[in-house]
Amino acid sequence: MSDPVLELEELAVEFSVDDGVVHAVNGVSVHVDPGETLAIVGESGSGKTVAALAVMGLIPPPGRIVGGDVRLLGRALVGLREREYRKLRGADIAMIFQDPLSSLNPAFRVGDQIAEALTVHGALSKRAARQRATELLDLVGIPQPEVRARYFPHQLSGGMRQRAMIAMAIANSPKLLIADEPTTALDVTVQAQVLEVLRAAQREVDAALLLITHDLGIVAGTADRVAVMYAGRIVEDAGVDELFTTPRHPYTRALLASLPRVDAREGERLQVIPGVPPNPLALPDGCAFAPRCAFVVDACRDEVPALRAIEDGRLVRCVRVEELDGTPVGEDTPAVSWRA
Amino acid sequence: MTTPVLELDDIVMHFPARAGAFGNRGDAVVHAVDGVSLAVQPNETVALVGESGCGKSTTARVALRLLEPTAGTVRIDGQDLAQVSRRDLKQLRQRAQIVFQDPFASLDPRMRVSSIVAEPLRAQGQGSEARTRVPELLGLVGLSAEHAGRYPHEFSGGQRQRIGIARALALAPDLLVLDEPVSALDVSIRAQVLNLLTGLQDQLSLAYLFISHDLAVVRHIANRVAVMYLGKIVELGPARDVYAGAGHPYTRALLSAVPEPDPARERVRQRIVLRGDLPSAIDPPSGCRFRTRCWKAQDLCAQEEPALVDRGHGHPVACHFPE
Repeated sequence: MSDPVLELEELAVEFSVDDGVVHAVNGVSVHVDPGETLAIVGESGSGKTVAALAVMGLIPPPGRIVGGDVRLLGRALVGLREREYRKLRGADIAMIFQDPLSSLNPAFRVGDQIAEALTVHGALSKRAARQRATELLDLVGIPQPEVRARYFPHQLSGGMRQRAMIAMAIANSPKLLIADEPTTALDVTVQAQVLEVLRAAQREVDAALLLITHDLGIVAGTADRVAVMYAGRIVEDAGVDELFTTPRHPYTRALLASLPRVDAREGERLQVIPGVPPNPLALPDGCAFAPRCAFVVDACRDEVPALRAIEDGRLVRCVRVEELDGTPVGEDTPAVSWRA
Repeated sequence: MTTPVLELDDIVMHFPARAGAFGNRGDAVVHAVDGVSLAVQPNETVALVGESGCGKSTTARVALRLLEPTAGTVRIDGQDLAQVSRRDLKQLRQRAQIVFQDPFASLDPRMRVSSIVAEPLRAQGQGSEARTRVPELLGLVGLSAEHAGRYPHEFSGGQRQRIGIARALALAPDLLVLDEPVSALDVSIRAQVLNLLTGLQDQLSLAYLFISHDLAVVRHIANRVAVMYLGKIVELGPARDVYAGAGHPYTRALLSAVPEPDPARERVRQRIVLRGDLPSAIDPPSGCRFRTRCWKAQDLCAQEEPALVDRGHGHPVACHFPE
């Protein structure tokens, strides 16, 4: 087996704020193999985006990496100087953000921005880079690429801008693509197109893809493997089919059961996860999901359970995983009984 | 037959096109809503679905008379809002209330929850009832009386949405217009709020006009669905029929694009990929507005606008060549 493209080992990221310390990422270990698509899913505040930014060396202050390692193709990235990191970004790793308007420079033509990415990292002449930029725009399905290359970002629709971002991201054939909620800002019909383009672009340059999303529908259609995050920790790491058919962590099970589905029966009530995610300033001592878990026992509150392999090879962070089966469950609480 | 709680009759809403940096664009208008007719019956949920720019939120605002329509009639409980006196309009407005998408922007950060929920009562001169009504309303939405003294920032997104719903219920309306009420919420919280809405509807016999871009959410809550595209309703029918046997190509494309949390099905599914972008609402296509992106379009589609009528689906579809 080949070595992973990306490895996170016990990564920990904290933000010191006025009210205390936010433990955004709390010991995350995960790897992405060559050509593989790993989805990290979680809700707001689960730490998925912070983990991705840590890989890019882009943790904004007051955040800082307080423990663990990030390795890209075996090379340790934590503590790398900014100058070194710059050589990596856009070359070996490239990131696609949720909002392409804020990541494309509004003052430069789209084609020139892609060409710049090529000349900064590559040995291409300006002219060859322009030519390649047009080819890349064509590759991501932008019609009339020679014309659109001369457009400014605001002249493109949201879907077209995201395609241009993808073109720029694959310009230097990175080993790893990171896409953070790449289609969240888009309409559903456009989202389907952009995901298709992203998959094709990934195949074209044979990159691994780290997909950060809250949308389990997108995960099902895109990922090979899924890591579910809750309160800064991975609670389950499994192949996409295993995760969706037999989720094993109580949070994964409850999350899947709470999803609205287009093939639902009319008036079908959704299963509910009671309560709210924990305050990241004051995480519970034991399992962070314990206060909302339908299967909680005393042992859950004593210490944080380890993320450990179970019989089918997947990783689950739950002390009771062996005794619980893998059906999606939640709690069908009557609406008025919910307490804050 | 019962009187609908809300009736929209041939609503047209045009906005003057925004002036550009180098002067205005003459008499150009944005055709945000163009001839929408829709009725919501008591205790019924009608969903208005469509993508950005289709006019669904504008329609919702016209329904509440937050916008004065360019043409068309809005009736609440059978009464034409344009015909009634100012005083009656105030009365009628109590019957229909709105819940907004963003639970952070729609609550005044400087007001305590008690004042937020009591505000509609005060506006209608019923402030003296606040003392008894506020705890009742908070209880209805699953909050407790001790939350009344707190400020919005002390609550999570889901709890804030509950506060917004309590405020909308203060005047005991017949109809709630819900404008993307769960779109800003996390998955685990979304189900709580959706179930709350379903429960409240049963308990209080409410009618809902539910505005959403999320077809999975709509499937769970709607009795009937109206699909909008570029200012017009293209299909309108019972949710079950529209989801199982959509007649309009746009509805088909929309349904085929929804990602499902099922890897096996995602692998084999055939998506209908629409070509091109949404045309400008300043200069919408002639005939059928969807024709520029439709794989079935023929000459007729450019010449003649298809009427929204039953074409053998058991519900109306605005297409010359329906599925």
